[in-house]
Amino acid sequence: MVEASSPWWRTELGEVWEYRDLVLLLVRRDLLATYKQSVLGPLWQVIQPVLTALVFAVVFGFIGRGQVGDAPPVLFYMAGIVPWMFFANVINRTSQTLVWNAALMTKVYFPRLVAPLATTLATMVGFLLQLLVFGVMATVYHFTDGYGGAIGLGLVALPVLILLTAMLALGLGLFVAGLTARYRDLGFLVAFGVQLLMYASPVIFPLAMIPEGSKVRDWIVLNPMSGIIEGFRSALLGTPMDWSLLAYPAMMAVVILVLGLVIFQRIQRSFADVI
Amino acid sequence: MSGAKHVIEARGVHKHYRLGVTDHRTLGDTIAALFGRGHISDPAIGRVGGRDFWALRDVSFNIHQGEVVGVIGRNGAGKSTLLKLLSRITRPTSGSIRMRGRVSSLLEVGTGFHPELTGLENIHLNGAILGMRRAEIASKLDEIIAFAGIGPHLETPIKRYSTGMKVRLGFAVAAHLEPEILVVDEVLAVGDAEFQKRCLGRMRSVADSGRTVLFVSHNMFSVQSLCSRVIWLDQGRLQEDGPTAEVVRSYLAETNAPNHTRVWEADEAPGTDVLRLRAVEVRALAAEKAFLTTVPVEVEMRLDNLGITDSDLNIQMIVHTEDDVIAFISDMTESIGTSLWVPGPTTVRCTIPEDLLNDGVYRISLLFQRRGARHFIVEDALGFQVMEGPRQGAWFQKWRGALRPRLHWQR
Repeated sequence: MVEASSPWWRTELGEVWEYRDLVLLLVRRDLLATYKQSVLGPLWQVIQPVLTALVFAVVFGFIGRGQVGDAPPVLFYMAGIVPWMFFANVINRTSQTLVWNAALMTKVYFPRLVAPLATTLATMVGFLLQLLVFGVMATVYHFTDGYGGAIGLGLVALPVLILLTAMLALGLGLFVAGLTARYRDLGFLVAFGVQLLMYASPVIFPLAMIPEGSKVRDWIVLNPMSGIIEGFRSALLGTPMDWSLLAYPAMMAVVILVLGLVIFQRIQRSFADVI
Repeated sequence: MSGAKHVIEARGVHKHYRLGVTDHRTLGDTIAALFGRGHISDPAIGRVGGRDFWALRDVSFNIHQGEVVGVIGRNGAGKSTLLKLLSRITRPTSGSIRMRGRVSSLLEVGTGFHPELTGLENIHLNGAILGMRRAEIASKLDEIIAFAGIGPHLETPIKRYSTGMKVRLGFAVAAHLEPEILVVDEVLAVGDAEFQKRCLGRMRSVADSGRTVLFVSHNMFSVQSLCSRVIWLDQGRLQEDGPTAEVVRSYLAETNAPNHTRVWEADEAPGTDVLRLRAVEVRALAAEKAFLTTVPVEVEMRLDNLGITDSDLNIQMIVHTEDDVIAFISDMTESIGTSLWVPGPTTVRCTIPEDLLNDGVYRISLLFQRRGARHFIVEDALGFQVMEGPRQGAWFQKWRGALRPRLHWQR
């Protein structure tokens, strides 16, 4: 049934399931196409966060010492950067999917949600690879440095944290994707905004550094990624997990994902006429 | 046909577009609208200069299961829009289309091919984009590869394929879909004659197996050989719907009818705020006024220049043959250069020399350009039939070709 309009709550979720093979193939396409022609291949995925963490460790090592707790600084920064990069990459990439796939979308029908979903999953593959490298590095530190953390009960929380990050990022990405189809320049604005947001999240500093009850802390905690990054750090570095920090991000993840889905649904209908 | 199910029911379908600007509102416009007067979806915002265009107007039809229906019409008649609606790429502005069963549409062959991936990987990807399940693709893989004839190049990235190979691969995947409804757009315009024949054959076998096919084409020959029923669209309206032979006959009769003069009133003349076409005429420059291959033909346009004061206006005359092939395009600026325009009525003439046109029907479209882009176009503004002039030599049958120029030969 093709009609002029349909109720706002009607989504393509059921149809996306029918097209699950396409989701997987698009993930495969993304991964294969990215790495086919590069010499180092998937290594690029890994080099970036490791180098960034090294730079942070060196730079912040000079300015402010002793803020990273017991963990080796490189591990401390990586535990924040890796999930943050996953979050940022999913937003930036999903927000461009409609524009990147414009040629496809004006020629053939498939549930439009398939594209951002596949992008999110493809980004997640790289992220899991980075987590694996983190694990290897932590093990190396364990045997050479006598570093005790890393492998603890907190690891159980990882799947939950990953899911929350993906929901938040996909929700925001869908929201922006709908708008970038109309306003191309929005993509740059969002990429820049996400970059700035990193400094308002406990990526390069522990939340404990900000005094409890201060204005700054209130603002930082308002960012749902703050609790999630703290959670990742506890899980990865084996420090005690503050579960209460995750309640607010979990709620926001659901709200933002639903909002993103609804807005994406609304806009993708007229998308082929706009592009 | 009674008893057979309707697989497509279109009811009062309208589709509206704004021409000129493709809705490139800036963020500022929307923010201004959010906080100021008006609504975000206020069509006036950021769409200055657009013109209303109804691509489809009140189109209704039913298609039964197993019918093979051709959709014909001139360029811009709404055929592609109808296909886009049927393929669910876009939605109607009002009205509805009900479809029963899986629809597969081929609006362009090889959509979704990724240049870095191999032929084999692209078969899987393309099949999934068209809505096939993995198992379905796997079971047809050998057939697809054989149909496309790309066996030795399966592991080659598709960016190294020739255009012909890509087209063959794209059609091969699509042709092995098993949809209840197959929608095909002019795919046959590409590829060599041999491949076109195979495509037509494949579409016929889809039809023979009881499935419904909708086929859009300019080519009356393939429409006649494939379709039992034809829908003729004209300017977004359903002009005629019936058995192929009848509809094609009236379509050809109308599009090829001689049309030597056209005059428009000021308020309905084609054009824009700065330029309007008020009249066009084609005439034979000979005493007896007959269009002969040996007589020059003059095309005269009377324009109302309402505000062009620069030299930035170009006119292209596009001459089509009976079967919609472009015989040639003549460009005013290329022929005589540019000069300043003065507001007011202006007459432009162009002469087609003798011994250039063949005998047969020609149609002329006029394209007006400003700033290097289309200002407006008047499709099929004129039509005329050229007759055989006095002829040398011993050949008395129809001379083939879109043109018949008399050239310089030396011996």
